[in-house]
Amino acid sequence: MASAKEMKSVLFGPIFANNPIALQILGICSALAVTSKMSNTVVMCIALTLVTAFSNLFISIIRNHIPSSVRIIVQMTIIASLVIVVDQILRAYAFSIAKELSVFVGLIITNCIVMGRAEAYAMKSPPFMSFLDGIGNGLGYSIVLLTVGFIRELFGSGSLFGAQILPLASEGGWYVPVGLLVLPPSAFFIIGGFIWVLRTFRTEQVEPKE
Amino acid sequence: MEQYINLFIRAVFIENLALSFFLGMCTFLAVSKKVTTAFGLGVAVIVVLGISVPVNNLVYHNILAPGALAWAGFPDADLSFLRFLTFIGVIAALVQILEMTLDKYVPALYNALGIFLPLITVNCAIFGGVAFMVERDYNFSESVVYGIGSGVGWALAIVALAAVREKLKYADVPDGLRGLGVTFMTVGLIGLGFMSFSGIQL
Repeated sequence: MASAKEMKSVLFGPIFANNPIALQILGICSALAVTSKMSNTVVMCIALTLVTAFSNLFISIIRNHIPSSVRIIVQMTIIASLVIVVDQILRAYAFSIAKELSVFVGLIITNCIVMGRAEAYAMKSPPFMSFLDGIGNGLGYSIVLLTVGFIRELFGSGSLFGAQILPLASEGGWYVPVGLLVLPPSAFFIIGGFIWVLRTFRTEQVEPKE
Repeated sequence: MEQYINLFIRAVFIENLALSFFLGMCTFLAVSKKVTTAFGLGVAVIVVLGISVPVNNLVYHNILAPGALAWAGFPDADLSFLRFLTFIGVIAALVQILEMTLDKYVPALYNALGIFLPLITVNCAIFGGVAFMVERDYNFSESVVYGIGSGVGWALAIVALAAVREKLKYADVPDGLRGLGVTFMTVGLIGLGFMSFSGIQL
């Protein structure tokens, strides 16, 4: 059994020190388009964290029985089955959010974080540690997404979770929303800025000059 | 005919998979350092999207859609909940077959695309194209046009980004922003440029 210190580093390491989005370039695919509203962002983060954690757990349990030539297909099948479960749950209990997320729930299957962690960690680690690693990477993904979603919804439309925080000028208040933040490309600027801030504090992550 | 041209132009420019839906971003950012490799990957994506979208269209309409199994004697069956699993399986199988066929009959092309083909299975652009095809309910001929069109759009975007990044090497970027950070910002700017197509009504 792994020591408490090791467990802590596996769980919290991916949040800043080894962030999947900012450092490993994983899982940007479906992330950016769902961040215009906090409610969608939160649902997406929970879904992805659960899928990553459980796919890591199941793949790790059967890791010694998977022939390496067909491992990608086996991983894909496990991940796809988990995503189907998540999709069906969302459709049953949160239909309007499922409609807004549309194809992006399905895209969790091809999200590189899930595949990447299964391949890089779960294939050679015991189940419990893999489960923690999945949760840790899910959290690392969530913190970037939540930051982006927070900035975009608060300053782009003056609200959080749909509740008006800053009264809009068009409705008699004082806040003039930044229209750029509602547009999808703004997510890139915010993530770019996030990486800049992160690397200013953690200079070991700065890329060498070419 | 006009309808298909419209669909093609919409798929390439207005609803560009990479720049308005951010699909295939991982490979988009990772394999865009050189124009030549970006071009190779772009061609591979066009081929795979052009085949897998129509094939999945047939699979969906003949097997998975509600009531589609009537020809086999199960008019009430609704297998649509299995679609993610089926689509990813079909895509993986197609990529594998394509790889073996190219290896046997067109070795030159295989060598050019070689390393990129396996990567494409987990490229969200392919899966995204297929998922959009189902959600928008395209028929077979529309799905052929949509598959090729969205592939061309993705290829165009990655070549454009690679060209910008080749020039960016000579720029003096602040330390923390160098590499990934400035690439994100560049993609954002290209995305803003592509948004100017969004006002076009077809």
